[in-house]
Amino acid sequence: MTDMNFAAATTLTSVTEQVSARAKLSANNVDFFYKGAQALKGINLNVPEKKITALIGPSGCGKSTLLRVFNRIYSLYPGQEARGEVLLDGENILDPKYSLNRLRSKVGMVFQKPVPFPMSIYDNVAYGIRHHETLPRKVMDERVEQALRQAALWDEVKDKLKNNALGLSGGQQQRLCIARAIALRPQVLLFDEPTSALDPIATGKIEQLFAELKQQFTILIVTHNMQQAARCSDFTAFMYLGELIEHGVTETIFTKPTKQQTEDYITGRFG
Amino acid sequence: MSAASEKLYRYRRMKNLLALVLSALAALFGLFWLVWILWVTLSKGMSHLNLGLFTQMTPAAGEDGGMLNAFTGSLEIGLLAIVIGTPVGIAAGTYLAEYVNHSKLGTVIRFMNDILLSAPSIVLGMFVYITVVVPMGHASAFAGSIALAFIALPVIVRTTDEMLRLVPSTMREAALSLGIPQWKVTVQVLYRAALPGITTGVLLAFARISGETAPLLFTAGGNQYFTANVLEPMASVPTVMNNFAMSPFENWNGLAWAAAFCMTLFVLALGILARAILLRNKVSHD
Repeated sequence: MTDMNFAAATTLTSVTEQVSARAKLSANNVDFFYKGAQALKGINLNVPEKKITALIGPSGCGKSTLLRVFNRIYSLYPGQEARGEVLLDGENILDPKYSLNRLRSKVGMVFQKPVPFPMSIYDNVAYGIRHHETLPRKVMDERVEQALRQAALWDEVKDKLKNNALGLSGGQQQRLCIARAIALRPQVLLFDEPTSALDPIATGKIEQLFAELKQQFTILIVTHNMQQAARCSDFTAFMYLGELIEHGVTETIFTKPTKQQTEDYITGRFG
Repeated sequence: MSAASEKLYRYRRMKNLLALVLSALAALFGLFWLVWILWVTLSKGMSHLNLGLFTQMTPAAGEDGGMLNAFTGSLEIGLLAIVIGTPVGIAAGTYLAEYVNHSKLGTVIRFMNDILLSAPSIVLGMFVYITVVVPMGHASAFAGSIALAFIALPVIVRTTDEMLRLVPSTMREAALSLGIPQWKVTVQVLYRAALPGITTGVLLAFARISGETAPLLFTAGGNQYFTANVLEPMASVPTVMNNFAMSPFENWNGLAWAAAFCMTLFVLALGILARAILLRNKVSHD
């Protein structure tokens, strides 16, 4: 770990005591503006490597905004601006010199609504790989199979890889989107309410998947579903009105939160 | 139910019935003219249909002949117009939807495009006359195609723009989040998603220009004989119809009706094809 990263990690002493794993990703004093309106205020957050961190909080608290800073997807829209520093393995990804191509090959993202591309199941998974690497057909086949297996979708689609991905069910489509993201072999996976458009069975499958995926990836999940955060995550960060109120081991956050606002939220008094 | 609410209920039923009857009458009124037009075109057109229509050139007054040169001419001029208008229209529509969507520039361009969309076609014809025909020294199919391309262009710009904006922004974000640059996302992912809609727009633009007469009178001129050379004056179905229908010669009038019938069928077929493409796509999305 670099000195810089270590220093960043120690600024949040209460958290670092609990967070023994190495910080893969850390936000240092991050502000965010939508056309001048401030949506994030001085966020400091360490995301430990190969653990699942859940971001919770009421609608409009900035949790999705924060997630979207980590792969700079907000830069698609004029008038959106992030300030501060986000370190990925010690390098500041908010630095304009850090190429989007490189950043997004390291940080993958899965969205709320499954959005398969209008192409075959195989091509959906291979599409991203083809842009970053030129692989012989056989190796590509293996990569696609591996990604689909990791996303627990292989057995359901192995006989219809050439079919249009739009023919899959919602839950299958979302697992396809996960396969598409992990096919690039990123280090970090961002999930923006990945199950809120799915039924309980499909949700269950995806939650099972998280436990497998964290062996290999550092995972950040934005969720509205507090039970989901409690079930799946190792660490939980509670956000409110653009600020990070409390961050720590999930069990602690849900059983003995230190801040009144956190307690009010998780006990359902608001939000 | 109390008497008062029963009365109110009846009153509402009456109002509902009245509105239904009025709207049905309005629909019938519109349909009546359409059916009449179609009926006249069909009956008059069918009675003058024969094989010669498709194998012979436009005749002199009083002689036998067909419309072969006009059919091929119209097809050639129309296709060339689509070939010119489609790439420009798709590029402009893409610029609007993907690069200046919410900006002032985008609003201005959309407004200008709407003006072009509703510009009288005869004005476009005159414009092409002074910018293309006069410098060339004579009318040509090429000039006609340019005039028709101006009519097709705003239709294609608009459908491309609208179809791309219908693609959910999450699909853009999903593709961009794989590290793929924006131009590639547009060409490889968004075009694919918007393709049925864009194709429909191009087909409808083709249908729209197939019947245009005014701009061709100035630009493509006319030709009694067959030609495939786009630099020569060329016959087209609407301009020939214009001449023949107003002439005092019976055989010319008959050919005009037969041509009207064929053109109506052609436009109808394009319309059905466009619908079919959209419909098929809708089904596969569900």
